[in-house]
Amino acid sequence: MKLDDIVKSCNLHVVCGEESLENEVNGGYASDLLSDVMAHSKKGDIWVTLQVHPNIIAVAKLKEIVGIIMINGRKPEQETINKARSERLPIMTTDLPAFELVGKIYSMGIRGKH
Amino acid sequence: MNKSDARSEVLFQQKFPIRGGDFVNAGDSSCKIRNTLREIGIDSDIIRRIAITAYEAEMNVVMYAERGVMSINVYRDEILLTIDDKGPGIENIDLAMQPGYSTATEEMREMGFGAGMGLPNMKKNADTFKITTEVGKGTRLEIKILLDGKND
Ligand SMILES: Nc1ncnc2c1ncn2[C@@H]1O[C@H](COP(=O)(O)OP(=O)(O)OP(=O)(O)O)[C@@H](O)[C@H]1O
Ligand SMILES: [Mg+2]
Repeated sequence: MKLDDIVKSCNLHVVCGEESLENEVNGGYASDLLSDVMAHSKKGDIWVTLQVHPNIIAVAKLKEIVGIIMINGRKPEQETINKARSERLPIMTTDLPAFELVGKIYSMGIRGKH
Repeated sequence: MNKSDARSEVLFQQKFPIRGGDFVNAGDSSCKIRNTLREIGIDSDIIRRIAITAYEAEMNVVMYAERGVMSINVYRDEILLTIDDKGPGIENIDLAMQPGYSTATEEMREMGFGAGMGLPNMKKNADTFKITTEVGKGTRLEIKILLDGKND
């Protein structure tokens, strides 16, 4: 499934990285603990989190995550957007809480174990 | 050149300074290491393990030490990652290695650090993991990952 399918179905706001929305999503991971994401996320995952600071871009890049979705109406810091832009990494936001958003993405067929 | 010379020959070496407390640029050195290893054609599973250990080590210097240096040495059949810092050192290594143990501040925890998983994850992803430390002086990590001929 393409990232863009998730953006449309879940009505996500795309902050940056529009040029990478055609990338394939293989699975998903939801966590706010960075060393947990480092340990357990997989290549091609979409990452659901409430973290908005710039260090999450390094985590996403190192783990080959395809995009970050910030929940609960949280907005990325400006430096986070700058770093994501230079990596062509999509950041998306939603007003939904994590449970609702993950449920929607799961029902589209995306799994945490893959 | 005999076999042991070929084995100990450094094919590639890089060093990065790390500044304590610099959360904005934290992780950049690990990303650079990952990019370089990709360019020289290292196996992707090995890169994944190096990326995890380098990131966790880099973040620990940023969070707990004054400053440090991370260096990567690629040999024919192994990769050696060392992280040296000037900082408070670790009083009880056994305790620090326990999953869940953390002295991270409230502010760091709000940023998603301080799960107490960094050191255990480094150990898990390394073929050999050595930590030496002196309280009041600093800490040195030596992480070795074998290439198993996958780098040929
Ligand atoms: N370079 C270091 N200098 C001084 N103390 C350190 C250093 N690295 C680790 N420690 C100590 O060891 C503890 C455990 O480290 P570890 O990386 O496992 O977890 P953490 O950094 O607290 O949390 P996480 O890595 O999950 O974000 C730290 O909280 C800190 O007290
Ligand atoms: Mg740590």
